[in-house]
Amino acid sequence: MAYKKDSIFKNVDWWTIMLYILLVVCGWFSICGASYDYGDSNFWDFGLRSGKQLVWIACSLGLASVILSLDHRFFDTYAFLIFGILLLLLFATIFNPHEIKGSKSWIVLGPISIQPAEFAKFGTALALAKFMGEYTYSLSNRKHFVATLAIILVPMFLIIMQKETGSALVYLSFFLMLYREGMPGAILFTGVCAVAYFIVGIRFSVVPMADEITPWGEFAVLSLIIILTSGLICVYCKQARKLAMIILMVGVTCIILGVLFSFFVIPFNMVYMLLVMNGVLFITMIIYFLRERIYSYLFISFFVVGSVVFLFSTDYVFAKVLEPHQKVRIEVLLGMKDDPSGAGYNVNQSKIAIGSGGFVGKGFLNGTQTKLKYVPEQDTDFIFCTVGEEQGFLGSSFVLLLYLSLILRLIFLSERQPTRFARVYGYSVMSIFFFHLFINVGMVLGLTPVIGIPLPFFSYGGSSLWGFTILLFVFLRIDAARYGNANG
Amino acid sequence: MKRDYKLEKRKYTIGGIVVLIVLVFIIRLFSLQIMSDDYKRNADSNALLQRVKYPPRGLIYDRYGRLLVFNQPAYDITVVMKEVEKFDTLELATALGVNKDFLVKRFKDIRNRNVNPGYSRYTHQVLLTQLSSEDCAVFREKLFNFPGFYIQARTVRQYGYDCGAHILGDIAEVSKNEIEDDPYYKRGDFIGKLGVERSYETQLRGDKGVEILLRDAHGRIQGNYMNGSLDKAPVAGKNLKLSLDIELQALGERLLEGKIGSIVAIEPSTGEVLCLVSSPSYNPHLMAGRHRGENHLKLSADPWKPLLNRAIMGTYPPGSTFKTSQALTFLQEGIINTETQYPCSHGFNFRGLHVGCHAHGSPLSVIPALATSCNAYFCWGLYYMIGARSKYGSVQNAMNTWRDYMVSMGFGYTLGIDLPGEKRGMIPNAAFYDKAYRGSWNGLTIISISIGQGEVTLTPLQIANLGATIANRGYYITPHVVKEVEGDELEKKYSEKHFTKVDRVHYDEVVQGMRAAVLGGTCRGANLPDIEVCGKTGTAQNKGKDHSAFMGFAPMNNPKIAIAVYVENGGFGAVYGVPIGKLMIEKYLKGELSPQSQLQADEIQKRRINYGLQER
Repeated sequence: MAYKKDSIFKNVDWWTIMLYILLVVCGWFSICGASYDYGDSNFWDFGLRSGKQLVWIACSLGLASVILSLDHRFFDTYAFLIFGILLLLLFATIFNPHEIKGSKSWIVLGPISIQPAEFAKFGTALALAKFMGEYTYSLSNRKHFVATLAIILVPMFLIIMQKETGSALVYLSFFLMLYREGMPGAILFTGVCAVAYFIVGIRFSVVPMADEITPWGEFAVLSLIIILTSGLICVYCKQARKLAMIILMVGVTCIILGVLFSFFVIPFNMVYMLLVMNGVLFITMIIYFLRERIYSYLFISFFVVGSVVFLFSTDYVFAKVLEPHQKVRIEVLLGMKDDPSGAGYNVNQSKIAIGSGGFVGKGFLNGTQTKLKYVPEQDTDFIFCTVGEEQGFLGSSFVLLLYLSLILRLIFLSERQPTRFARVYGYSVMSIFFFHLFINVGMVLGLTPVIGIPLPFFSYGGSSLWGFTILLFVFLRIDAARYGNANG
Repeated sequence: MKRDYKLEKRKYTIGGIVVLIVLVFIIRLFSLQIMSDDYKRNADSNALLQRVKYPPRGLIYDRYGRLLVFNQPAYDITVVMKEVEKFDTLELATALGVNKDFLVKRFKDIRNRNVNPGYSRYTHQVLLTQLSSEDCAVFREKLFNFPGFYIQARTVRQYGYDCGAHILGDIAEVSKNEIEDDPYYKRGDFIGKLGVERSYETQLRGDKGVEILLRDAHGRIQGNYMNGSLDKAPVAGKNLKLSLDIELQALGERLLEGKIGSIVAIEPSTGEVLCLVSSPSYNPHLMAGRHRGENHLKLSADPWKPLLNRAIMGTYPPGSTFKTSQALTFLQEGIINTETQYPCSHGFNFRGLHVGCHAHGSPLSVIPALATSCNAYFCWGLYYMIGARSKYGSVQNAMNTWRDYMVSMGFGYTLGIDLPGEKRGMIPNAAFYDKAYRGSWNGLTIISISIGQGEVTLTPLQIANLGATIANRGYYITPHVVKEVEGDELEKKYSEKHFTKVDRVHYDEVVQGMRAAVLGGTCRGANLPDIEVCGKTGTAQNKGKDHSAFMGFAPMNNPKIAIAVYVENGGFGAVYGVPIGKLMIEKYLKGELSPQSQLQADEIQKRRINYGLQER
């Protein structure tokens, strides 16, 4: 016993714990700022959110020490059991009669209500680690790959059934981990391209350019395809760098000339021009493939065609296939339409709040925008506003750098793991934190669509804080035992 | 475990993506917080406050320019809890003229987020609403003792007269549904709920303005944002001039005191409604100010239903006033001519069917039949019309021809008056009777519609409109209560002539009958010495005592007023309908009642009809 405690104390990564504590403390002060109401607040009052959060934080610390004192093999051994229990909980939540703000994701247990979705991420990460940690596992084995996808998609589906699309999207972050574990980069690239095409294509297809004929969305995506293609040639056909440069130069020149012509001489729909250019690009690639017999050219030509088809099929699906209410949901997600709860309004107000913070901020508890309830959800999803307004550029950059340090530290820790189990788990944790940071802060800054997911350790709420704490400390526990693992 | 060094390099890609994204965020923060001019201007911790500027609501005048509805200042007392310093509750209660306990409870409610979810110590919270200027003046003097308390000017509707509530209507806070239907409205706005306040809401309300203010971290207003260049001035509501004669309206309400009924008067040449009385009525003052809610509740619980505007929402059997429309139809269709005579032996007796009538000469032609209100004559007329197979082919066709005549006179559908809630009444057609009698019916089955009984029902407005149509000898203009909207043209439909299917010549014949009724028939009580009044009584049978009705117009040539009077359970038309009609015509055409008529008016005002306790 004594030996074990000693080893934990010595081997645990104190850098991460320090970053964790810093983030939690900053988070608590932000919640104080966001829920503070001039004059009559006592932060220690357990009736107020700042007081309640303090209770959650205390619980989290307790939880963290419990996890650290558990045997490190516990998580390896019970990974599937934990995953199974959490899946059952998620499944049960679908039939949950209690709705909080139109979402069924809460299970009410007496005075507290918990969100199983926040813990399911942990379960999924553990199950993935366990499954992929098997000695015989190989990502290139199709059966294994499908099973891996299933572990990710089943909880995702269950969460979508609870109408918590935002929380479900978090599961996409596991693909970053899969990329590290050997998934072809092309898949990640394709996925990112698809999302980017979809968002840009749909979001801006209704916005005309200055010639009043060309729609921004199609123009941007079709131009992007040409640029990406030249990049692909650069990466995959190293012998043809010259060709890539020519394509890039010719493409950009044509686009600029087209824009100038359309804006100042005769307005015409540049989408047709770009389509022709993409067609020429496709034929060029095919010719190169036939001449040089290098398959990379063939794949790149597929990329060109696939991108164009994808763009126009999303347009078609969006305009013709989707039901009106589904359309509205996507439009709201992309900020094209103000929804009843006012997503567009939120983002606008949050930008004003952050912008008004200036270089050093207004000072702790001196924010007006957030105090005056201009920003809804100011202590949950939009908590970063308070940081921006009260702590200014310095404070918010500091917080971002804290997150960056944490994530980079997690990458470092993952890489030093002797087992694939531990590495997969570590990368899963890192990917989840990164996805939350990317979407949440991006949303508050008006860069990503409004998807209601919390900022780790900052957003008010017990479930999310506990969820992230468990996620992180289980990894620290596994990491602390890395020498033992290497032996066993 | 075997290390795959190629894959291990991917940690740089992943780390690179993370660094890149965080870098993008920091650049974005930099541009929002430091580069952007818009936010930089407010970087000293300002917030923009949009303050709505409410336009004054349009005023309402009667046809002679008498002010009926206007705005009176009222004051809300608001409090910003953050700015409040220690004060003596009793002193504040005295200054505001309210009970101390009440005030303590108000403060408690304001702070209670369950009662007041939008509570913030930082914003204005309403403490008391709609104080009068006098109450407010007292408080204003002591305001400096109470930092954090504010006086906010608002307006309430005030009424120049105690009558016309149904037409004028009222305003109240918008409901949730109304906010959803029209984005113009925000919580706490007022909207017209009844009468012209509702039907002319968009004209009366004007257009809200907005003022964008800068305020500092302590909530103090620092001035206008961008020197007010983004502000929008409010546009005042438009004034309305009603066609109503408020004195005529007042007399009508006086005459119907203690009775349930309606009086509608229309200027035939324009369709302008001169008065629209629905009794029981209520004092419009009840619906203004802080006590609207409780008063409205009280009125809606009243078994006599004073909130119901019976003049346009009550549908009644028109009784004998309807005979004029029958005479017109039969004359036009050639069923009768002025010479045609029908017998009446104390009523209509045919194949075992009996419709009673009172004692008068027999046989008689159409003009004396109208004058004496002979039931039998019109029964015969309808019987021959519906039975005229050679002319129409079937009873169904005959019935629908009849229906078309009725509809052309404005019955069976809403007329389209500019007041909310108008009812359409009932004019049956062939399909209706086919269904009711399973296809087996004839003129005798439905004979009672010829004397305005049976399935036929009209609103008092439609009866008055019948009078206006006869006065005009064959057309009407949709009745309306608004004569002019300041700076706006009246809707076109309020100047269009609707011609009926009957020729002018037949109207002249019916006018003769109505004149004869006043000179020597059932309407003798409506005779005025120097005005040629034309009239028609009505005594409508129903479950209880008969309804008393009168429809008429005056003068006979160049008519200035057409009128309908309907008194529920008033007995014979001559008992209430005729004298009330006469007094109203006299008042409108002469401006004043003669001393003798004055006495008669007092006497009618005092009369009461016993309606029992039954819900009306």
